[in-house]
This record gives sequence, C-alpha cells and structure tokens, in this order.
Amino acid sequence: MLSPTDTTPRSATISVLVDNESGVLARVIGLFSGRGYNIDSLTVAPVDAAGMHSRINVVTSGTSMVIEQIKAQLDRLVPVHRVADLTMDGPHVARELALVKVIGTGEKRVEAMRIADTFRAHVVDTTLGSFVFELTGATDKIDAFIELMRDLGLAEVSRSGIAALARGSRVI
Amino acid sequence: MSAELTQSGAEILLRALKDQGVEVIFGYPGGAVLPIYDALFKQNAIRHVLVRQEGGAVHAAEGYARSTGKVGVVLVTSGPGATNAVTGLVDALMDSIPIICLTGQVPTHLIGNDAFQEADTTGITRPATKHNYLVKRGEDLARIVHEAFYVARSGRPGPVVIDLPKDIVINPAPYAEPTFSHPSYRPRTEPDLGQIAKAVALMKQAKRPMIYAGGGVINSGPQASETLTKLARLTGFPITNTLMGLGCYPASDPQFLGMLGMHGTYEANLAMHGCDMLLAVGARFDDRVTGRLNAFSQDSRKIHIDIDGSSINKNVPVEVPIIADAGKALDALLAAWEASDAPVDKPALATWWRQIDEWKAKDSLKFTQNMTRGSIIKPQYAIQRLFEITRARKQEVFITTEVGQHQMWAAQHFHFEKPNRWMTSGGLGTMGYGLPAAMGVQIAHPDALVIDIAGEASILMNIQEMGTLSQYRLPVKVFILNNQYMGMVRQWQELLHGSRYSETYSAALPDFVKLADAFHATGMRAQTVDELDDVINAMLDCPTAVIADIAVDQAENCFPMIPSGAAHNQMLLGPEHEASGVGVTDAGMALV
Ligand SMILES: Cc1cc2nc3c(=O)[nH]c(=O)nc-3n(C[C@H](O)[C@H](O)[C@H](O)COP(=O)(O)OP(=O)(O)OC[C@H]3O[C@@H](n4cnc5c(N)ncnc54)[C@H](O)[C@@H]3O)c2cc1C
Ligand SMILES: Cc1ncc(C[n+]2csc(CCOP(=O)(O)OP(=O)(O)O)c2C)c(N)n1
Ligand SMILES: [Mg+2]
Repeated sequence: MLSPTDTTPRSATISVLVDNESGVLARVIGLFSGRGYNIDSLTVAPVDAAGMHSRINVVTSGTSMVIEQIKAQLDRLVPVHRVADLTMDGPHVARELALVKVIGTGEKRVEAMRIADTFRAHVVDTTLGSFVFELTGATDKIDAFIELMRDLGLAEVSRSGIAALARGSRVI
Repeated sequence: MSAELTQSGAEILLRALKDQGVEVIFGYPGGAVLPIYDALFKQNAIRHVLVRQEGGAVHAAEGYARSTGKVGVVLVTSGPGATNAVTGLVDALMDSIPIICLTGQVPTHLIGNDAFQEADTTGITRPATKHNYLVKRGEDLARIVHEAFYVARSGRPGPVVIDLPKDIVINPAPYAEPTFSHPSYRPRTEPDLGQIAKAVALMKQAKRPMIYAGGGVINSGPQASETLTKLARLTGFPITNTLMGLGCYPASDPQFLGMLGMHGTYEANLAMHGCDMLLAVGARFDDRVTGRLNAFSQDSRKIHIDIDGSSINKNVPVEVPIIADAGKALDALLAAWEASDAPVDKPALATWWRQIDEWKAKDSLKFTQNMTRGSIIKPQYAIQRLFEITRARKQEVFITTEVGQHQMWAAQHFHFEKPNRWMTSGGLGTMGYGLPAAMGVQIAHPDALVIDIAGEASILMNIQEMGTLSQYRLPVKVFILNNQYMGMVRQWQELLHGSRYSETYSAALPDFVKLADAFHATGMRAQTVDELDDVINAMLDCPTAVIADIAVDQAENCFPMIPSGAAHNQMLLGPEHEASGVGVTDAGMALV
C-alpha cells in the first residue's frame, strides 16, 4: 500500500505510447505543468512506420504517491495507449545523445580530444579553434563529460533527452 | 471530394447529433456558426434553446445532463462565444458531467492569423475538458462527433469540445455511422473479482463499518443507487453522502447519516473519523470531505470503488482499490456478500450504532426559529418549509443551487430520496450555476417543479437567463435566501479575519420583485416568518417563472463547520450547542 508519510522522492522514467494526433504533446506537457509535476527530460518521436503512434519518454521525480498519480493521470488521457514505468517495471536501458561544442587551442584542445576519446565521443565538426563532439550514453555519463569540458572551453551543449526501453524481451 | 457528397458539413453534423439521440441544443449564434444555424433552421428533429450568454448554455446543458443521465449539448460561436463557455466546461470537468460543446472557428486557412473572432479554442480548453478536437478535414467530421460522444459519456464522464472551422461546416462532407469504441480510450468498467473478494472479507470483519458514497454512484445510473441501497440494508452499515452524492441513497432511511465533510453532520463526520472499515464508492476524497489529511479516518481499512484510476490513492491511500463502474462493482459486492458464509460481528455493529445514535442525538443541524409574528426568517427554516411544502404536494421536485451558505443549507435541510434530483456546482463552486442549470432541468422535465435555491449575490451572475425562461415559458422558481451578504465569504471573514467584512456586503441590490416583472416573470417577497408559507405556496401555484425574494437573518452562519486544516473530530458546532471544536491554525488559514 502506498504511504503518504513516505516523502522521499524517486526518479522515474515513464514511457507513454500515444496516438500521433495534433495537440497530444501539449496535453502531456500541460498535465505536468498544470499539476505541478517535474519534467527532468522529455523526448517524443513517431515510432511506427505509418507514423500513427509516437512514444514519449519522460523522466520525472516525486514521492511514490505522486509517481503513481502521474501514471494514472497520463493513462486517462484519451489518446494514450500505454503507460509504463520503466524504473519500476524492471531493468531498462536509457540513453541520450549530446552535441558539445568546445572552443580552444593548444594544450586545452589536445586534452579535450583525449577525454573525448575515453568517452567514445565522435568529432562531428571541427575547425582550427573548435570541436563539436557527439556523445551517446546514460545521462550521468554525459553529465560527467560536460563537467570535464567546462575548463577546456565548453561553449554550447545540445542534448536530446533520453530514449529508453526495457531490457530483455519485454515491450510496453 | 467525390461528386456524390450532397450534404454540407453542418448537415452532417446535425445528422450525427441526431444519430447520437440529441433532442436539444443550448446555444448562441455568431458569424462562425452561421452555417450550422442555417442547417438548424431547415430541420425539426433537434430543438435549439437560445440562451442569453454562452456561460448559461453550458450550465443549462449540465442541468439537462445531470437530471436525465444523457449528454448535454452546447453550440457557441468562435472567439468570445468559446471563451464565455470556459467556466462551464471546467465546472463540468470537476463534477464529471457529460457535455459536448460545439464551438465555431475561423476557416482553416485563417487559423493562426489573428483573424476576426479567432481564439485558440483547443489550446484554451485543453485543461478545461476531458478531451477536445479541432476538425481539420471534412472527412473526419462525422467520426469525430461520434467519438466525442463516446468519450464524453464513457468512463468518468466529462466535457468534450469540438472546434469547427467555418469552411468545414460549409463544404460537403461524407457521413459515418456511430461507433461505440475507441482505439486507445477504453475505460475499465468490470470489477476484478479477486478485489471484490478481498473487499467482502474486510467488510465482514468490520466492527465499525462506514459507507461513503459520492457523485460517481449517480454517474453510474439509477440502478447503482438501488444496488447501493440494497447493499447498505443487507449489511446494516451506516452510510453518508458527499455533496455530489446526495440522492444516491434515500435521505429518509434510518441508516443515512446525512452529508459529511466541511458542512456535514456531526454523526457523519465522527463516524468517518472513528470507523475501522471504510467503503468509498464513486467519491474522490475531496479536501472539503477529508479535512486535514493526516488525521482523516486513520483507523480504517479502506476499499475504494472508482472508474477513474487517478481518483484512487490520490489523497488517501487505500488497501483495496477497485477500478470499475460503481453499479457493476456494487452488483458484484452484493453477490459476493450474499455468497460468503464468513460471520459478521453483530454485537460490535450494534455497539457502533449505539455510538452513532448518541452522536445523532446531538442534532447538529438544529436551529431556532422565532415564530412570533414579524420575526426575521432563519435561512434554514426557509429551506425546511420549502422542503415540507413541496413534499406535501407530491410533485416531482428538482433542486439546483447557486454557491454559498444557501447551497450548504439546501444540502443539509432539503432531502432527496432519488438520484438526479439535486444539481449543484461542487468541485468548481461556480456562482451563477443554479439559474441556467434549472433552465436545462426544466427543458428536460417540462412538468416537474424546478427550484433554484439561490443567494442574492450569486443570482446576479447569470440573471440574464430570466429572459430565456420567459421566451420558452419555463416556470422555474428562483428562491433567493437574501441575507444581503456574500454570506459564505462573510462567514469566513467573521471566523478567520476578525469580522472585517471587506467587500462582502451586497450593496445596491436590485428590487428583485421588479426585476422579475421586467423579465415577464412573477416577483414575490417574504420579509417575516409569518409571510413565508404564503409566499412559498404562491410561488408553487404560479404558472410562470418566479423570483421569490426571501429576506433572511444576515448574521446566520452555516454549521457544523470543519475549519480548513482541521480534523473531523474538531468540528465547530452552532450557537445551539455548547462550545466545541478548535480555532483555525496558521496552516489552515492558508487553505481555501
Ligand atoms: C461552498 C462549498 C462547500 C462544500 N462543502 C462540502 C461538504 O461539506 N461536503 C462535501 O461532501 N462536499 C462539499 N463540497 C463539494 C466538494 O467541493 C466536492 O465537489 C465534492 O465533495 C465531491 O464529491 P464526490 O467525492 O462525490 O465526487 P464527484 O466530484 O462527484 O466525483 C465523482 C467520483 O466518482 C467517479 N466516478 C464517476 N463515474 C463513475 C462510475 N460510473 N462508477 C464509479 N465511479 C465513478 C469519478 O471518477 C470521481 O472520482 C462543497 C462545495 C462548495 C462549493
Ligand atoms: C464565480 C465565483 N466568484 C466568487 C466565488 C467565491 N464565493 C463563494 S460563496 C460567495 C458568496 C455567495 O453569496 P450569495 O450568493 O449571496 O450566497 P450566500 O453565501 O449569502 O448564501 C462567493 C463570493 C465563487 N464561488 N464563484
Ligand atoms: Mg447572500
């Protein structure tokens, strides 16, 4: 049974399968803002060949009662087919992509390149004074990379937000 | 588009409405909906009721829907027509009332251009509706209308907006037959029998059981009320209703403890506080009901039947959730109770009833009316007499209310034996709801007695609908408890803000008798207790719409009252009772 006295927040990665109709993303975002829920990350894209369905991945946080409420609220939206709490339903993989622009020359430039290598980041654009690195991975890995670039000329970051799937043969 | 299409979008729209069983639309015309009004003009199957403001149309449709169990239908123009409808939509959303609201829109090619009378209606109404649609292609029109009806009435009912660009209703469109399903929206209605078994086990073990039934029982249909009544009688359990649930259980039944919550009875609230098993049916643990959450019914094991999963575990965690239609779940509970041979603790139940009867003896709704000629009328007495006199006439009575003290006194002193007879704005608490709602009820029940129990402040919020009453000869009775104050707010100011009555005096009131006259209705007035019965009788005998202006005690407060942030056992009782309860805490002051 859920307990209102359990006030420790947890993070939850929720995947929502929706009809790809106009306004559906606004509905989901409006639900979060209107009811005061957090959105730490949000991604959306069509996921079938016909473009009929989209998958929305939301990373949110709250007490267990709040997370349950978020799922129930999402589930009752008319264009929503399925809601899955990947964090609770078993192991899952979550990845995001980041493009990171670093501007610098000399020793800092070399060091940035070296660190990018260990993180398996690719250089997708380069000039004599700048790199754009492309990096995929779990959120904490990307956070760590960006943190390291801070002293090496970090100029701009663009992140995709997370895409997530359950491990094994489970599907939502 | 193929050459065989012979009907315009507007005609297709009306055909779809007709196939959905629509008999009446409440609406107001304008440029964007002219083609629809033209199509209405050319047919007789659907009746249109012209309101005086779009807000009135939505409340009228709510009254129509709540008193019939059907979907209420509204038609308004783009821009200001749609924005005027928003309050009613949120009202219907909060109170789970099925409404279809058709809004005009500028033609598709002008959308986004700040065109004349353009508003982002789907954007504005997204959080105000259960769902909304913008029809972008004629071939989607009929399907969307049918889908919208399905969405509005199934699961937890609610308002649905269909935004109709003008070109869509002008151009020819194909028809599609009604559908009764939806690819993604499939609310669960059948209960899980494992959960039912768990529920019956808890109910059988109970020593201090309690049933808490709400508006969801009424949403489920009259059959659910009958099953609930059977179940309560069979188990012998005490039962209370929320404001929205009144009528789902016969008020005259000895097992009925009256309404619970902020202005509920002493016995209902203390029984909620002290029970060891709580069966909640179609009720959403609203803050007006629970009081301070961490003190709410702490010792009870809880079963919760609700068709909407998001109502369960929202405020109060429960042990046995049952996501299902109330009627179906109650049927299953009744059958499982009858089939179970687990013993019940009869002596414990008898002790519990002795305790409840002691609480009942407190007579928490008691008030004293001075019957001497010329005495001022107590508002509770006015409602008590209205109830007694209408009951004696044995006519079918429907009551609507505005919002405020009069609404609470009506809930306490007018009693209902059947569902769908009591229409009030509970969740949003919309002043101005009662008159248009009564209009909608009277349209649906032309021969019934329909009374709006009103406050002098609320009634002015939609007073223009007196014109509609007059045009359609709807004999609605407006019974104003005139205390010359926004009484409910004044009461909070008295109790919480040192009697500083900031802006709550109803200054410069109209002469309601003359106002009735101006609208071709009949006005009457009672100023003292000796005049009351005559005015009530004259009002009920009058063939036209009536405004009865009843001058009542301005200082009267509504008790019992659980102040915001207090617990059920910290109720304030009226002056008839010795001092009781608590003051308001600082945390409570910040609540509404
Ligand atoms: C001035 C004022 C004072 C108030 N004071 C009080 C008070 O003292 N006491 C009080 O009770 N209220 C009071 N209210 C009303 C209060 O704000 C709420 O509107 C009310 O308590 C909610 O009633 P409910 O729980 O029955 O839910 P409703 O709002 O009627 O909701 C119905 C519930 O049933 C569910 N449901 C719908 N259809 C079905 C179905 N077919 N099967 C099963 N479940 C279904 C819904 O999902 C929902 O959870 C007051 C309001 C005002 C304006
Ligand atoms: C549209 C709207 N505005 C404001 C309120 C806040 N409010 C609640 S009750 C009330 C006073 C109602 O006064 P009246 O209609 O005279 O009823 P009384 O309480 O005096 O019986 C007000 C202003 C509201 N519920 N609705
Ligand atoms: Mg008043």
